[in-house]
Amino acid sequence: MSANIDHLKEEHHQPSGLMRWITTTNHKDIGSLYLWFSLLMFFVGGLMALVIRAELFQPGLQFVVPGFFNQMTTMHALIMIFGAVMPAFVGLANWQLPMMIGAPDMALPRLNNWSFWILPFAFTMLLSTLFFESGGPAAGWTLYPPLSLQGGNSMPFVIFSLHLLGASSILGAINVIATILNMRAPGMTLMKMPIFVWTWLITAFLLIASMPVLAGAITMLLTDRFYGTSFFTAAGGGDPVLFQHIFWFFGHPEVYILILPAFGIVSTIIPAFSRKKLFGYDSMVYATASIALLSFIVWAHHMFTVGMPLAGEIFFMFTTMLIAVPTGVKVFNWVATMWKGSMTFETPMLFALAFIILFTIGGFSGLMLAITPADFQYHDTYFVVAHFHYVLVPGAVFAIIAAVYYWLPKWTGKMYNETLGKIHFWMTTIFVNITFFPMHFVGLAGMPRRIPDYAVQFTDFNMIASVGAFGFGLSQLLFVYILFLTLRQPVTAADKSWEGAEGLEWTLPSPAPYHSFDTPPKVD
Amino acid sequence: MNRLSILIVSMLVPLTTLADWEVNMPRGVSPTANAAYDLHMLIFYITVVIGIVVFGVMFYSIYHHRKSKGAKPASFHESTTVEVIWTVIPFVILVGMAIPATKTLIMMEDTRNSEITVKVTGYQWMWKYDYVEDDVSFFSKLADSSNEARQLGSKIDVNKVDNYLLNVDNEMVLPTNTKVRILLTASDVIHAWWVPEITGKKDAIPGYINELWVDIKEPGVYRGQCTELCGKDHGFMPIVVRAVPKEEYTKWVSLNQKNRVADKSK
Repeated sequence: MSANIDHLKEEHHQPSGLMRWITTTNHKDIGSLYLWFSLLMFFVGGLMALVIRAELFQPGLQFVVPGFFNQMTTMHALIMIFGAVMPAFVGLANWQLPMMIGAPDMALPRLNNWSFWILPFAFTMLLSTLFFESGGPAAGWTLYPPLSLQGGNSMPFVIFSLHLLGASSILGAINVIATILNMRAPGMTLMKMPIFVWTWLITAFLLIASMPVLAGAITMLLTDRFYGTSFFTAAGGGDPVLFQHIFWFFGHPEVYILILPAFGIVSTIIPAFSRKKLFGYDSMVYATASIALLSFIVWAHHMFTVGMPLAGEIFFMFTTMLIAVPTGVKVFNWVATMWKGSMTFETPMLFALAFIILFTIGGFSGLMLAITPADFQYHDTYFVVAHFHYVLVPGAVFAIIAAVYYWLPKWTGKMYNETLGKIHFWMTTIFVNITFFPMHFVGLAGMPRRIPDYAVQFTDFNMIASVGAFGFGLSQLLFVYILFLTLRQPVTAADKSWEGAEGLEWTLPSPAPYHSFDTPPKVD
Repeated sequence: MNRLSILIVSMLVPLTTLADWEVNMPRGVSPTANAAYDLHMLIFYITVVIGIVVFGVMFYSIYHHRKSKGAKPASFHESTTVEVIWTVIPFVILVGMAIPATKTLIMMEDTRNSEITVKVTGYQWMWKYDYVEDDVSFFSKLADSSNEARQLGSKIDVNKVDNYLLNVDNEMVLPTNTKVRILLTASDVIHAWWVPEITGKKDAIPGYINELWVDIKEPGVYRGQCTELCGKDHGFMPIVVRAVPKEEYTKWVSLNQKNRVADKSK
């Protein structure tokens, strides 16, 4: 073992320049690659959102034709889900898991390298379809046939890039599971793991279970289009609704893939700044696991309007409502953690608090959507758009930003500018609400989603939402500026950057050494 | 004018104009739409109460349990009693929601004993209406006034177009106080038929026949749109239903029978 560790300490084999990043097998390097890539994709997907919001600023078509508008909505979703949020969580896992469990690196470093380097190629291919003569995918990110079968030449490229992204996610998930189950420091039993590690372990199983289902669905689309099968075309005896069942059997666990690591981050940050242990650790773990299990039996609530039998509608309504119980437990536990704590409000804490409030609002609208008879009204309107943006932007994205502010001093040894961080928080939070809150109103008033133009009674709230969207986009430039300023500073951060921070990563120096733990720490 | 009055006026202005801004689901004119509205409001109020309680506790804690006010952290971090209570209470609330929701759902899905049947077929990008018993059949697409105004660079002020994007060439005419069964299918891709004040939406799927029912209680014109992405002109295939008393409906049918295109409907 000691010979092994001596070998790890040698760092002179490392190539420099670009080759360092292409050949790296180090969890921190790969974590950084994931995070920077995710930031880039966040801006690419964000620009597409701004095209959408610019067109929707007022009724009538001003900038783009409807076909291109549909490409923008489709690509915006694919890029944000697969390019921004998922890689950001994998990046955080790469940086944090080995440090949190007292390991030197991830269990499968070369696989780790591969799972990252698939991404730039997959997204290059996906984005290149926008320059095709027939344009990019325009059938929505859900790729429902028969519409998606009508698409132009982009279709096989989109499917292949989704296959690559799925493969990358599965490799990442295997690595996470192998690392967590095999490389924990002596004494760290499963029920002593930091909660972020727990949420990622469960997320990884969700990834392994759901990604192959997506692969199956899109492969059937491919053969329907090019090899004369009729899985989903009614004219050939196929069933268009079958695709929706398969897609959402992937799609609903995917939703929790996008939020469970965020729960883990918030459950780490709230206790740190409340200077009090996380309330109900065990129930947090059980709640996460039950959300994950329930996610496999609720999929058809995305398709209440396809005309399912009554019994099916009732089943999926009940199971969906049931998710409110473990989710409620989580929110109550966070509030109980704050209760009688000694709170301070640095930027990560502010983002975590906004997460709790705004994610809960998204949860409330989710509960409303679960009620099948009411969903017949909400379905495919801007109410749904408001709902899932509330859980994904002030939900997942806020958690990611909070995590970056929280661990940045550990990663770089440099502390960000707290004043600018707070300005970034307030701008982001105000604009996110200006953008997405009015969408509840226009949705309830009857505005369908995925339309490039709308009836004039929806104008006022759409204008407000568009102003908010541009404000939100600009606020994120401030985030980049803050990162830039931080990285230019000298190393001054303390090993334990936050008074109430708990966990093995804070026992390491800041910045953390290249091979996190040379010798496994003792956990009691 | 002092500063305070400016502040008050500026706060009141949005409140008064908000009256014109639709912020909620419209009340329906049929039993199913009304039931959906009632359920929507019920669940909404329940979530508001839960929100006030949870956020209230949270903000109390944020205000009082802060380090700058000298708060010392307590050391408790679990309590089985409390955790059981806040698992059971939400469950009970959910059961309370599920009972009316299930009743409403069963009512909505009961299409028996309808008096007339209309088959609605979705096309890219128009609707076709077939009155099964009354032998009337016609297509309905976006009216020309909207269609011209909606083109990129049309230079037409869409605010001056009557019912921009919500007007059609041939309106669907339905009798009031009649249980109408609507059969939904599509010829090309999936569409969804939705007129919020009359009924919730249902998908029109190639190879499928879905059904829903409406019973319009008040004469009037009700507007809706396709609500399933169906290609480039998805946003431009509205639905207009004109609900008229039964006698007027019978007259309309006799004028438009024998598969004639119902462009004389006005």
